Amino acid sequence: MAVVETRGVRKVFVGQTPAIDGIDLATKEGEYLVLLGPSGSGKTTLLRMIAGLERPTEGDVLIGGRVVNDLPPRVRRIAMVFQSYALYPHKTVAQNISFPLAAGGMAKEKRPERIKWASSLLGIDHLLDRKPRQLSGGERQRVALARALVREPQVFLLDEPLSNLDAKLRSSAREDLKEFQRQVGITTIYVTHDQVEAMGLGDRIAVLDKGRLQQLGTPHEIYHEPANTFVATFLGSPPMNLLEHDGALVGFRPEHFLPEPLVSERDGRVPFEYRVDRVEYLGSDRLVYGSIPAISPGTRVIARLPFTVTTPVNEGADERFAVAESSLRFFGLDGGERIPAQPFKLKGVSA
Amino acid sequence: MTTAAPPAPTATRERHRRYLFDREGILGSLLLLPSVAYLLALVGFPLVMALIYAFTNITTGNPVLHFVGLDTFRAALSDPVTRTSLRNTVVFTLISQAIVVVLSVVLAFALRANFRGKWIARFLILLPWTTPIALGTIAWLWMLDSIFSPIDWVLSHVGITSPNSHMFWLGRTHLAMGSVIAVQAWRMLPLATVILLAGLTSIPQDVREAAEIDGAGFWRRMFGIDIPLLLPISAVALLFGLVFSFTDMTVVFVLTRGGPQNATQVLASWAFFKGIEGGSLGEGAAVAVFMFPVLAGLAALILRMVSRAEVS
Repeated sequence: MAVVETRGVRKVFVGQTPAIDGIDLATKEGEYLVLLGPSGSGKTTLLRMIAGLERPTEGDVLIGGRVVNDLPPRVRRIAMVFQSYALYPHKTVAQNISFPLAAGGMAKEKRPERIKWASSLLGIDHLLDRKPRQLSGGERQRVALARALVREPQVFLLDEPLSNLDAKLRSSAREDLKEFQRQVGITTIYVTHDQVEAMGLGDRIAVLDKGRLQQLGTPHEIYHEPANTFVATFLGSPPMNLLEHDGALVGFRPEHFLPEPLVSERDGRVPFEYRVDRVEYLGSDRLVYGSIPAISPGTRVIARLPFTVTTPVNEGADERFAVAESSLRFFGLDGGERIPAQPFKLKGVSA
Repeated sequence: MTTAAPPAPTATRERHRRYLFDREGILGSLLLLPSVAYLLALVGFPLVMALIYAFTNITTGNPVLHFVGLDTFRAALSDPVTRTSLRNTVVFTLISQAIVVVLSVVLAFALRANFRGKWIARFLILLPWTTPIALGTIAWLWMLDSIFSPIDWVLSHVGITSPNSHMFWLGRTHLAMGSVIAVQAWRMLPLATVILLAGLTSIPQDVREAAEIDGAGFWRRMFGIDIPLLLPISAVALLFGLVFSFTDMTVVFVLTRGGPQNATQVLASWAFFKGIEGGSLGEGAAVAVFMFPVLAGLAALILRMVSRAEVS
């Protein structure tokens, strides 16, 4: 187990805008850190630099306090699970799992015991004689994990390991992954573009965009105290509503935007005249699409009402909705960085 | 159905004709036709003729089909040159292909790496394949010339041989065989390299990186991952090489014409000398037919290997 750190890391591929543009990041011991970002944000490049598959243009990568820039991947004592799983197609499952052991110079007679340990931990003992092409997607993923785990690496790197699974399998695999990391307790860096995976798996989340670190924090911090408008709108589905008002951007989450009587006066209720365009029934929720003409008639504002809220909301009508003042977030107009909360007064509307 | 409208035959036929090429069976047969005609005329027909000739005593002077059963084969086998040719063919094929297999693997690995001027290196290596065989071999004929050989010149200037000495590359039995084999390997190498390079490129980058992260060094990655994954495609390359070399006579014909004293005579050249230059078509055909079972067996064997091999 070890701490992974990047210091001022930059990666520029010749003739392109920087893929990674100065990232300082450090994991904690045994932590599950998720790198979250849209495609092209540089998260996979960052992971590959930690693995040693790419060399930083500038800056240092440290594993266990040691600068590893010049070390090839094979001596970094890391394990990586690829998006494609990258199993060796000509080897059986057992041979796949044993490959890192052999490469690490473990004596032949000691290997079966380790293979057995790793395969039973992941519940693939019965597949040991099969070839990768005879396995399902979920089984391949387990084999890839077993192969990564078997020689007890200092650090686990996972590159979108769930994206090749179907939706149903993905949620159970997510549970397994979390449980598995809890058992082995190895520092893990997990790359994903899926916010649900990030929120569910990460001890902390590093949100990346355009090669820069946008925010680093617990899932709770990232969601409730976004550092800028990118984080605010990248997380949450539907994303945070943002309205321009009084020289700043005012943001609030759709689930905080409720019919007026449901927001208690004590929280500092901020009421709005809400013009409802359309209502979507999603079973557990109702999504309401509309706008707030008093602030910004052209900006779409979405409300998310749990099915327990039975207040009728009519399409085409003006309804009274409200947000608790504590749920409002403020961002600067240029750059979209978070700014301190300010009293919210609607111009020309009496509250 | 007593009042059924009269059919409109011309219109239907018109429509049929217009969609004729949309039917795969018809379009497919049409497109295949030229190559089938080519194969029948230039491969099938000569093969059948050779098989027929092999059982007759036909000569260029007396072109009458008179069947003599296995007499031609008996005559060919009792001729020591045929036996020498058979042995030479096997030696020539196996050694040249062994050289090609080793060198093409090395070259393919070297060419996969990224370096400046990679494309020019690839181009140069492919060049022998694009040169007409006969022309390339004629160039080698000059290189190996008994008096003006630049190889001799280099060897004596480097000090390996005494000044102004000559190796007589094509004049001594073992050197002649070695030269013929070397030129054959030179000529077959580009194709094998390109096939292997294609095979190497098709190995997913992820798999190679996974091996790197799993702790495998260069040799383990090569022998544990790359080469096993290359096996099916190298079997194909080997099949081509074996079949081409076993039946080829260009290099031998241009460099040595089978000499000295039949030391480089191979079955194909021997069949040619016997049947065409010597005029005994029947016996020449019999020698040529010796190659047939070997090649058929070889092709069947390697094709089976390929179909069995693991391709993910």
